[in-house]
Amino acid sequence: METTREQVLDYLSEVKDPEIPVLDVVEMGIVRDARLDGDTVHVDITPTYSGCPAMKAIEEEIVRTLHAKGFEKVVVHTVFREAWTTDWMTGEAKRKLEKYGIAPPPKTDAALRPALPFAGQPKPVRCPFCGSEDTERTSEFGSTACKSLHFCRACRQPFEHFKCI
Amino acid sequence: MTTATLDPELRPALFDYLLRLGDDALVLGHRLSEWCGHGPYLEEDIALTNLALDCVGQANGLLGLAAEVEGAGRDADDLAFRRDALDFRNALIVELPKGDFGFTVARQLLFSAYAHLLYEALRESAFEPLAGIAAKAFKEARYHLRHSSEWLIRLGDGTDESRQRAQTALDDLWMYTGELFEKDDTLRTLVDAGLAPDPRALEAPWRERVEAVVSQATLTLPEDDFMLTGGRSGRHTEHLGHLLAEMQFLPRAYPDAVW
Repeated sequence: METTREQVLDYLSEVKDPEIPVLDVVEMGIVRDARLDGDTVHVDITPTYSGCPAMKAIEEEIVRTLHAKGFEKVVVHTVFREAWTTDWMTGEAKRKLEKYGIAPPPKTDAALRPALPFAGQPKPVRCPFCGSEDTERTSEFGSTACKSLHFCRACRQPFEHFKCI
Repeated sequence: MTTATLDPELRPALFDYLLRLGDDALVLGHRLSEWCGHGPYLEEDIALTNLALDCVGQANGLLGLAAEVEGAGRDADDLAFRRDALDFRNALIVELPKGDFGFTVARQLLFSAYAHLLYEALRESAFEPLAGIAAKAFKEARYHLRHSSEWLIRLGDGTDESRQRAQTALDDLWMYTGELFEKDDTLRTLVDAGLAPDPRALEAPWRERVEAVVSQATLTLPEDDFMLTGGRSGRHTEHLGHLLAEMQFLPRAYPDAVW
């Protein structure tokens, strides 16, 4: 049975984001491409943030998963072109995020504020628990590089938001 | 062009340049990381360490690329942890101790305003891998710039003490800003080849941005006077040696250690 690129990508959907285990690296847009070259499978990945510490774990998990599927030689390439953006996350991925309790990122053109200080306040983020928009941002930086911290005044719960980039 | 198609004549200059970019990010990232556990309050502790993480991540990419261009079998870790101060190519401004919060904020504003413009321009570099790293770093630099701008405004237009500390920080840092816009032979070579932007072209927009923030912070922009230099050729302040002693201790003490 000949392995296709689609099949490799299918296998790779078993590799979950170590920080957000409901999402896989394909629907997050981290996996950019897969190529078969003789007996070697090449996988291109793009980092979400320059310093994302999960990327090493993701790389190792990709190798482990493909080895388990019978590929002897697996090479993972980290590519930077084009820069990863939250716009690459699928609609399904964003829905899963919300169900998991993390407010998903809106489309970047709507939300990417300029670098000017205090320019344009961010639109209120919808609470992933109760759906209210009566929320406030407590910190632009959260537990990981990709998230910010918010508080819902309606249901009184803190929650995280996957930032637009 | 890629590393494979790179004109060999350009290699030494490009390697030098990538070290400058990578060392700026690495040393600044280290200084920011020194706030871990010491931030003025929790959310700002997290903010500073997030900025540090972005910088260190950028350094990893840039030094990795430098090693590739050098082609001598070294990797990012070798460059980060096994070079001595004389071989570091960062600008002096990033190696200065973190100081008080006002100093960190002022330094971050001055440097991020430059990095934001630099990475924006580097996205057009003819050297594709660098353009790719820059496209990512540019988006992160926006956050850094906005964050430090907002803080300088709060501190400047704040209490008597916060304003005094912020002004003192600006006054002390100003003589380190000139170095960011120097154009030497390395840069002349790379600018001609379309690999790097002309740093002198970045100075005016940098100044405009800094002036706007300083003004909104009700602070005074320092006068241009003597500008310190030397970092790009390995002539560093006494601070870098101490920083490296701390940063490089573990891999040097246990060179065979594996995580």
